[in-house]
Amino acid sequence: MTQAQLQEAANLPSHGTEPPQRKWRDYFTFNTDHKVIAIQYLVTGFIFYLIGGALATVIRTELATPEPDLVDPEFYNSLFTLHGTIMIFLWIIPAGVGGFANFLLPLMIGARDMAFPRLNAVAFWIVPPAGLLLMASFLVGPPQAGWTSYPPLSLIASQAGEAIWILSLLLLGTSSILGAINFFVTILKMRVPGMGFNQMPLFCWAMLATTGLVIIATPVLAGALILLAFDLIAGTAFFNPTGGGDPVVYQHMFWFYSHPAVYIMVMPFFGVISEVIPVHSRKPIFGYRAIAYSSLAISFLGLIVWAHHMFTSGTPAWLRMFFMITTMVIAVPTGIKVFSWLATMWGGKIRLNSAMLFAMGFISTFVVGGLTGVMVAAVPFDIHVHDTYFVVAHLHYVLFGGSVFGIYSGLYHWFPKMTGRMLNETWGRIHFALTYIGFNLTFMPMHELGLLGMPRRVAMYDPSFTSLNRLCTLGSYVLAVSTIPFLVNAVWSWMYGPKASDNPWQALTLEWMTTSPPAIENFEVLPVLATGPYDYGYGDRSSEVNVPFSEAKDPVLSAGPSSVLRAEPDPAVAAHPDDRVGESQNRE
Amino acid sequence: MQGSTIDSAKTVLNYHHTAEATAAHHEEHPDLRIFGLIVFLFAEGMIFMGLFIAYLTFRLMAPSWPPEGTERLELLLPGINTAILISSSFVIHQADSAIKKNNVSGLRLWFAATTVMGAIFLAGQLYEYFHLGFGLKTNIFASTFFVLTGFHGLHVTFGLLLMMAVLWRSLKKDHYNSEHHFGVEAAEIYWHFVDVVWIVLFLLLYIL
Amino acid sequence: MLTGIVLTLVSLWYGQNHGLLPIAASEEATHVDNLFNAMMTISTGLFIIVEGVIIISAIRFRKRKDDNTDGSPVHGNVPLEILWTAIPAVIVLWISIYSFEIYNEMGGFDPMAANDPHAMHAQAKMPGAAIAAPLPTSEELSSPKSNLIAIGVGAAAKNEGKPADLVVNVTGLQYAWIFNYPDSGVTSGELHIPVDKDVQLNISANDVIHALWLPEFRLKQDAIPGRTTEIRFTANRLGEYPIRCAELCGAYHGSMNTQLFVQTAEEYNTWLQSQEVASNSPGEQVVAVNPAKMSDREFLAPYASEMGINSEILKQIHPTDSHNQI
Repeated sequence: MTQAQLQEAANLPSHGTEPPQRKWRDYFTFNTDHKVIAIQYLVTGFIFYLIGGALATVIRTELATPEPDLVDPEFYNSLFTLHGTIMIFLWIIPAGVGGFANFLLPLMIGARDMAFPRLNAVAFWIVPPAGLLLMASFLVGPPQAGWTSYPPLSLIASQAGEAIWILSLLLLGTSSILGAINFFVTILKMRVPGMGFNQMPLFCWAMLATTGLVIIATPVLAGALILLAFDLIAGTAFFNPTGGGDPVVYQHMFWFYSHPAVYIMVMPFFGVISEVIPVHSRKPIFGYRAIAYSSLAISFLGLIVWAHHMFTSGTPAWLRMFFMITTMVIAVPTGIKVFSWLATMWGGKIRLNSAMLFAMGFISTFVVGGLTGVMVAAVPFDIHVHDTYFVVAHLHYVLFGGSVFGIYSGLYHWFPKMTGRMLNETWGRIHFALTYIGFNLTFMPMHELGLLGMPRRVAMYDPSFTSLNRLCTLGSYVLAVSTIPFLVNAVWSWMYGPKASDNPWQALTLEWMTTSPPAIENFEVLPVLATGPYDYGYGDRSSEVNVPFSEAKDPVLSAGPSSVLRAEPDPAVAAHPDDRVGESQNRE
Repeated sequence: MQGSTIDSAKTVLNYHHTAEATAAHHEEHPDLRIFGLIVFLFAEGMIFMGLFIAYLTFRLMAPSWPPEGTERLELLLPGINTAILISSSFVIHQADSAIKKNNVSGLRLWFAATTVMGAIFLAGQLYEYFHLGFGLKTNIFASTFFVLTGFHGLHVTFGLLLMMAVLWRSLKKDHYNSEHHFGVEAAEIYWHFVDVVWIVLFLLLYIL
Repeated sequence: MLTGIVLTLVSLWYGQNHGLLPIAASEEATHVDNLFNAMMTISTGLFIIVEGVIIISAIRFRKRKDDNTDGSPVHGNVPLEILWTAIPAVIVLWISIYSFEIYNEMGGFDPMAANDPHAMHAQAKMPGAAIAAPLPTSEELSSPKSNLIAIGVGAAAKNEGKPADLVVNVTGLQYAWIFNYPDSGVTSGELHIPVDKDVQLNISANDVIHALWLPEFRLKQDAIPGRTTEIRFTANRLGEYPIRCAELCGAYHGSMNTQLFVQTAEEYNTWLQSQEVASNSPGEQVVAVNPAKMSDREFLAPYASEMGINSEILKQIHPTDSHNQI
């Protein structure tokens, strides 16, 4: 019996009787089922992703030539302002924090729903009006001050659009905080009996760290926006030097939220990747605790690095040094995660399906964003590249190569559970190949552009940068086209795809222990944990496989039962949780 | 790596055992609303925290504080106001004790008292607003003063609405009893929060 | 072992020969480049390791046909995990120390440029609304009244404590840079500096935040309304270099460029004299006057491709707020 069969057998009584018959209308109503809300979030987010992507395509087309010839420069500024705002606040945060967490958290911890189902629906239903409001700014002249909206520029350029921007962001921030409170309480209080913190799937750990950040950091953004709104509408001078205010104070308040926001956007996908990789590598996650606790470390450190966005805006030397060091230190927990994922794949039996390809794509592109992240943390170097295309490249490697690849990986992985239908593998692979090529073609040359001297947020540039920009524009078209196979595949499969079994990937976490799609209240009775979330390979195995640095005969290098690190030789791999001691990482 | 076979007997045992333990079929989960409220108030507190730190930064950056020519703040009225608000925290706690003894009329009495005290505080604030020597746009000190006290006043107003809602509901028979009185508790916790924020605010704006 | 050696060699080679940076026109720029090269070397190595492991895993450990078993149940390996925690920790610590040293060389810790609230070069408070302020005169720029902090990159370690050889006041406004030489009273739209001299730029802004970027000197400093920031550097290479605005400042942010001329002492003096003559000639020469009440966009559109105000017309600055918004 494999571990998956064991877990399934143990959970037969809690297995839902039949998948719910949802009407399409349910998805347009105020529904309190976390699974419906999750899909509402994901679909809404994806629609905004398409809008944001269309804006990006216009931006890249404009930048195909050095002259501002396609759109006028004011409108160009609106394009990248809205592109940034939409992608962050209406796509990655709703899809990542709202969508995946909503769908997965209650299922993974064996709960029937969120702690506060109605609050959950309220949090979602704030998003579409806020998004439409932001879109409506096109009617009055959209905001032009960039998604960072630094005063004084944001106070004088396109004021009506700016006011709409502030209102929309306050709404989205509220939604985000309400959602986070719900997830936080759900993770802490609603776990099935027997699931301690160290038996939680790593996605839950990632969400715990993420929601903590949302709760601490997002309100400060609200504070900054309130003050900005007073400056804009009432004519106060908080960020205006003439009245004794200071534009740099806004930058501090803004980045106190917006740097953690990067982790809010990427940490859920650290969680997603930590789920996808062990399932499709058929191996336990390597270093469960290290991954779990490094999430907490990242979220703590993420709160004390914000001023690295302000190295050139008149920050005192000692502050520059402090923020440089804290920023550099974040590389350590992030590195732990990356190496642990690699070690999980190493020696596995990797099923190279679309979910796994996107997960591997995630690691391979995110690592570039991580490395350039360490570079821009170094003050002397950042003084050169700050506000240049190098930073544009860096942030897209983190947020596209990281978050968006993570979203796709998660969608391919959980689509069968969400809809009860399988996605088409071939189209999934085509989608991956196009996305991967398009992405690297778009953003890799931007590193060089920035180093050579091209500032970001410009509608016109020095003609010497033309050829590299052409390459970026070409890549962006590939990237735009890459969305089509996914869109067609998802829509077609949702309607006509082959029916998915309850556990098509033979996974061990609890969301796979019920029907596909899950029954209305998820489980008949509370599920039980017969195995840990990642106990692959404890069943029958036909042959030994390599693990890094492992040497079965050398106790120091042995990763197996005879390692010197184990007090007892054998219990490390015992199947029953109570018999397991020592090294076994995902056990208490 | 041997020894990886599964002790199926134990597992089965384990499963039966757990299934019995959790046989509490379809039971509601414990009431988490208070915990959720506290997390929410923590987030609210972070907004105030952001505004306080902005205030302190402006203060540190300014050559003189409050800027020259700003009328000094009067201390008497806000002092009385502060005393009223702080004591109202003790008053509202009486309501909580009352409902825990199933004393609904006590609940009504103490809640009404707290509401009146809160209303007096708000009226005092408004009186101060109209008798200040500066307006919202006079200088950076005036602006922060109005935004901070105004945002707090908004919270007080919301607290008053909450308490009135509780009072309204308490008219329904057996809506609140010693077992079920989330509304009472929530209003109380919220009111304490508003109080604590005011103490910090008062110290920052008037005393420091 | 062999892969390790090859990896190291490839990283070292690429770290030195990436060709991604523009010319370095000062000694400090060379230091920054060395830092970048070091980080590039380490990054190349790590990049190859990570991508290599992914590719090898995808090939060597992919599921074989008809093999439905699981991989080996390895939960972790503490020594290995300690190793890959310690190595990055050591690397970032080393980069931090190295950056710290280079930052010191560049003059980041010069107390004159750091945070003395009553520093001499702090700028006067803006007279009007910052958003619609007229250009400050040179007297205003030099009067030490404000308490706002002046920060930036100060004197390089070897020049610390010495006054700069040449001080230039730089003002950013939508969408041009104005350079004022307080010693000679010259105002220009281009920056001319003598080679091998310690130059100090006092940077401020009139309307919104700008950022003065000298890519060939690896220097950048925001120009913030209401504050004066400074950078100090010594050019060691003759030539003409771009000056760019790096902080979004409005629709024509991308065209807020001008040139920096690093000249020999004679060339520089000749230029300075010609400017002095021009600026002392009588006549109301006004720069960048918006003739009608047009919006910025309408007014600036024809100049979009070459927005920098050029030195010929920029003989003298007169306050002009006719085209300010608000």
